[in-house]
Amino acid sequence: MINLSANIGQVHFKNPIVMASGTFGFGREYGKLYDVSKLGGISGKGLTLNPKAGNPGTRVYETASGMLNSVGLENPGVAAFLEKECPYWETLDTVRMVNLGGNTMDDYVRGAELIQQDADARMLAGNKAVDMIELNISCPNVKEGGIAFGVKTCAAQEVVRAVRGATKLPLAVKLSPNAEDIADMAFMCQEEGADAISLINTISGMKIDVRRRSSVFNNLYAGLSGPAIKPVALRMVHQVAKRVTIPVIGMGGITSATDIIEFIMAGATVVQVGTYNFMNLRAGNELVEELEQFMIQENIRSLDEIRGIV
Amino acid sequence: MGTVISNERLTDGVYRLSVEGGNGGNIGQFYMLRAWGAYPLLSRPISINLVNDNSIDFLYHVVGEGTELLSELKPGDAIGLEGPFGNGFPAVEGRIALVGGGIGIAPLLYCARELPSCDVYLGFSREPFQIEDFRSHTDKLTVDVGGLILDSVDFSEYDHVFVCGPHPMLKAAQLKSIAAESAGSRTNVYLSMENRMACGIGACLVCSVSCRDGQRKACTDGPVFLAEEVVFHD
Repeated sequence: MINLSANIGQVHFKNPIVMASGTFGFGREYGKLYDVSKLGGISGKGLTLNPKAGNPGTRVYETASGMLNSVGLENPGVAAFLEKECPYWETLDTVRMVNLGGNTMDDYVRGAELIQQDADARMLAGNKAVDMIELNISCPNVKEGGIAFGVKTCAAQEVVRAVRGATKLPLAVKLSPNAEDIADMAFMCQEEGADAISLINTISGMKIDVRRRSSVFNNLYAGLSGPAIKPVALRMVHQVAKRVTIPVIGMGGITSATDIIEFIMAGATVVQVGTYNFMNLRAGNELVEELEQFMIQENIRSLDEIRGIV
Repeated sequence: MGTVISNERLTDGVYRLSVEGGNGGNIGQFYMLRAWGAYPLLSRPISINLVNDNSIDFLYHVVGEGTELLSELKPGDAIGLEGPFGNGFPAVEGRIALVGGGIGIAPLLYCARELPSCDVYLGFSREPFQIEDFRSHTDKLTVDVGGLILDSVDFSEYDHVFVCGPHPMLKAAQLKSIAAESAGSRTNVYLSMENRMACGIGACLVCSVSCRDGQRKACTDGPVFLAEEVVFHD
């Protein structure tokens, strides 16, 4: 009997395959193609306290084995999500993560408070829609000085501490590969009470249109994802898993069961699949089956046997 | 998955791909096509040119690596076929004009076949293509090469005008629509908005279209929008 399950604190994943934020909407779209409850979990589209229209101009550009995106966190805002999407999430039998972003400290805290209040109200009614918060400190800028929360450890510490104080829900912190020191950053998150570390978010990149002599993106830079970033992501997951004792959620360019196994061997507890959802709309469903088959072939009975083995 | 029946070159860089498989589709809808492995990363959104009894035709222009790979497909080759996606053109009645520019004529052939008595206006910068296919579905066909096909259309003569073509043409159609409305015309002008897409199903939000009521998705809210809804930024 193969055991695909994993745990982050009290949160139980039936398998380690979680769909990454920004690539899976809130699950509804893919839910028309396959049963998303077969997945280990989903991380919803990144939310901010207030609705965001996202960035104008080109939002996606393909690169060698990767993709640059400049969506700019287009989202309906926390309140609209809680009202319109959570009733659907209540019907799903999979781990449901809210990915929470923000522009200011206040945005993060108020967003977390709203999610907590909603969770409390649903619990009273005997329902549950959100299992975890995934705090996205990987791209937004602070008001004062414009230093990215996710790059400077001291700035990140402030926001992790504030959000930890605003919610009792299990908290994963999603880190940027652009962080000054990824292991230090992760360790700080652990010290501030995070329950898990998610990494990596996209890598800041660029594409120039040589005929127009300008960046293809209005924002100049964009986030690189896909198979091109897998070696970097794997190295960072390995470094962080050696440094912290809380679980690591690993992601970056996963397109196969062997990619998943690599991340588990590097120390990840569960993984997230992002850009591959665009390459194969049925990626999540197929990877669950592929992973099980691979484990049978390799005589791996449980992911615990190989986790962090490298 | 589908199987390639034929992949015919119509003119320089323009091909008609006929594929067995898929789930049919309505006028103005599209499929995400993929005939390669991991690279290029993304599938390509291609509008339905025609739905036949056992096959679907797609008209495409070779503009990059994905369409280049499509052009190399041979009969019998397998092709990934996800769809049909999107809200296409409405099934309307009345006086209808179809206005296409370049490869933008692609979804209009299916409209011409499915809708009653359309007038068709096709504009090309160079050699025209698929003219004879349109001729069998319309009594009035206007073809322009090197000019502006919109100049040939009097919006006030129609209840509905469907437009598909390059971005400047869609913007010009919107301006023409506004002018016609100011002059008392009650024509519904529909634009098929082309945009880069990653998923095609409404999850990635990269194909966002600015509309008067906020951001909308070209893939699931469109690709067809009423001209008056769209906000052009350039």
